[in-house]
Amino acid sequence: MKKAPDSDHWLVRPVTIRRFWQVSAVVLLLTVLVQISIKVKGYFVVDGWFAFGALFGFLSCVAMVLVAKALGPLLKRPTTYYTPGDRDV
Amino acid sequence: MFEMLPPALILVAGALLIGPLRGHARNAVLLLAPALTLWAIWQVPDGVSATVPFLDYDLEIVEGSPVRRLFATIFALMAVVGGLFAFRTARWYELAAAYAYAAGAVGVCFAGDLITMFLFWEIMALFSTVVVWSGGTEASRRAGIRYVIMHLLGGVILKVGIEGVVVHTGSIDMQPMLATNFDTWMILIGILINAAAPPISAWLADSYPESSPTGSVFLSAFTTKTAVLALILLFPGEPVLIGVGLYMVMYGIIYALLENNIRRILAYSVVNQVGFMVCAVGIGTQMAINGAAAHAFAHIIYKALLFMSAGVVVYRTGMNKCTEVGGLFRTMPLTAICGIIGALAISGFPLTSGFTTKTMISQAAADDGLAMVYLLLAAASAGVFLHAGIKFPWFVFFQKDSGLRPKDAPWNMGAAMVIFSALCILIGVFPELLYRYLPYPVEYEAYTAGKVLFYLQLLLFSGLAFFLLLPLMRRTDTISLDTDWIWRVGLKRIGVLLYRGLAETGAAISAATEQTLAAIGREARNYLGAERRPVDGERGFFARSWPIGLTALWIAVLLSAYVFVYYLS
Repeated sequence: MKKAPDSDHWLVRPVTIRRFWQVSAVVLLLTVLVQISIKVKGYFVVDGWFAFGALFGFLSCVAMVLVAKALGPLLKRPTTYYTPGDRDV
Repeated sequence: MFEMLPPALILVAGALLIGPLRGHARNAVLLLAPALTLWAIWQVPDGVSATVPFLDYDLEIVEGSPVRRLFATIFALMAVVGGLFAFRTARWYELAAAYAYAAGAVGVCFAGDLITMFLFWEIMALFSTVVVWSGGTEASRRAGIRYVIMHLLGGVILKVGIEGVVVHTGSIDMQPMLATNFDTWMILIGILINAAAPPISAWLADSYPESSPTGSVFLSAFTTKTAVLALILLFPGEPVLIGVGLYMVMYGIIYALLENNIRRILAYSVVNQVGFMVCAVGIGTQMAINGAAAHAFAHIIYKALLFMSAGVVVYRTGMNKCTEVGGLFRTMPLTAICGIIGALAISGFPLTSGFTTKTMISQAAADDGLAMVYLLLAAASAGVFLHAGIKFPWFVFFQKDSGLRPKDAPWNMGAAMVIFSALCILIGVFPELLYRYLPYPVEYEAYTAGKVLFYLQLLLFSGLAFFLLLPLMRRTDTISLDTDWIWRVGLKRIGVLLYRGLAETGAAISAATEQTLAAIGREARNYLGAERRPVDGERGFFARSWPIGLTALWIAVLLSAYVFVYYLS
């Protein structure tokens, strides 16, 4: 195993990343729009609403990330917290 | 008495042979022992087929049923593929311990009574500790000690419950119960400790990442899933499990989001996934139990696959942290692809095993009218994609280029990952292959257009949230405090405080006593006129030397007085 200088792999080129975002945007849009023709069965009314899955998934993740971020200062400690004598865990 | 030998004994024999054998003979045992166990598992008929007398009881050491065979099958499969993954790099004692650990898991599967279950339960605890210690570092030694203390404590609690049930009911049979009294609560708590349920969940994330890259693959499979089986057999429909499961689901996500250690992220996601199963057992309907069993089966495969992928990274780079790696897809394409398949499966992406099993649990919640449970499980499904589905492959194989160019997996590790990747997709595409072996008849259609669309929306938009919120998820070289802080720091601090308090109180009492005695001494000397007897110098009244004759006289006087008083009374 050795360190090498930054490679220009096609997956990490700016043009690929730009295209990835474009394709993703189209796919995301399609998964929502296709609900016009495909009925999502709602077991509790709300989950059958148009784009409920998209909105619920997005907002749930935002909430989880924010909760984790808020808990960070309370819970995060240096890796040597339990073993102060060691340089690292 | 013995219609057949316990299948677990084949793995025990394999574990015993691993040490003395070398080379190809050992490799043959590593592959043949679990393969033979797999064959033996499918020879076990429904009902009790082997009993052993013990004290006044007949231990039912082999009892078959569909759910028992299903769990035993995946444990044996895990042993054989885990053996393939590990045999070239793991030390012999790690392999032997891992096989004995697997034997314990298979033994629990077929235990027809509580005593046999407990016996195999403890075998698992002991040999899994050896697997943790096989990490060979100071950190793994310490983590192993904490691990074994937790599991022996859990074993004691479980044993207290079992004794209580045996004394109060006279039966050692494994039969469904509810947590309604002290005995059943003890059994439930003992099992939940092994399931990594709160508040004793920290042992899992504490110990698994400290084991060797191969050891964590075995550890991820057996302990928590035997606990799920025990819950299915003993506590189906126990309502408290719904709340416990939901807590585990959310706890796993939040802690995995905070974590920097690659394998600790996966360890927290074990808790998260077991939470789905625990919740399903709590729901307790046939659909829910099928969902729990199917999800446990699928979970063992994709979680082992993820730990294999992470294990290869650790093995090749020697690095454990997201902050140290990145961009590894360039030279580790097979490991990256297999890791991504495992990540998609754990996220429940359509066409992977997770989708066909996890959605059964959500369906069970919906069928039972549990709206809040259904919505929380849906939110958790999105959260799984966030913390494991994208975060793990993104930070390990993509994100920034760390400049590391390690080799891809050795052939045996690659083969093990390909086998489990194929199984993830096979169960995802043809779920009926698994459904036919579930404990109850399956009337569930995984792939309906509406369901696929709902979960695609859920998962793809959680992916969008991940990339939009990436700046908030910058990795930091930290650990996260968990409930193990209580016994690693809190209790120690309380002990030190108590010690200091007692020491200071003792010192104060000692000083006060000394001063009081000195004062009494001074008063006594003054009273007895010690200062006025220059002949005796500085000595006090009681410190002076007395002639022996005078002493004898006093003794004679005292004895006479005693005799006199005795006669009077």
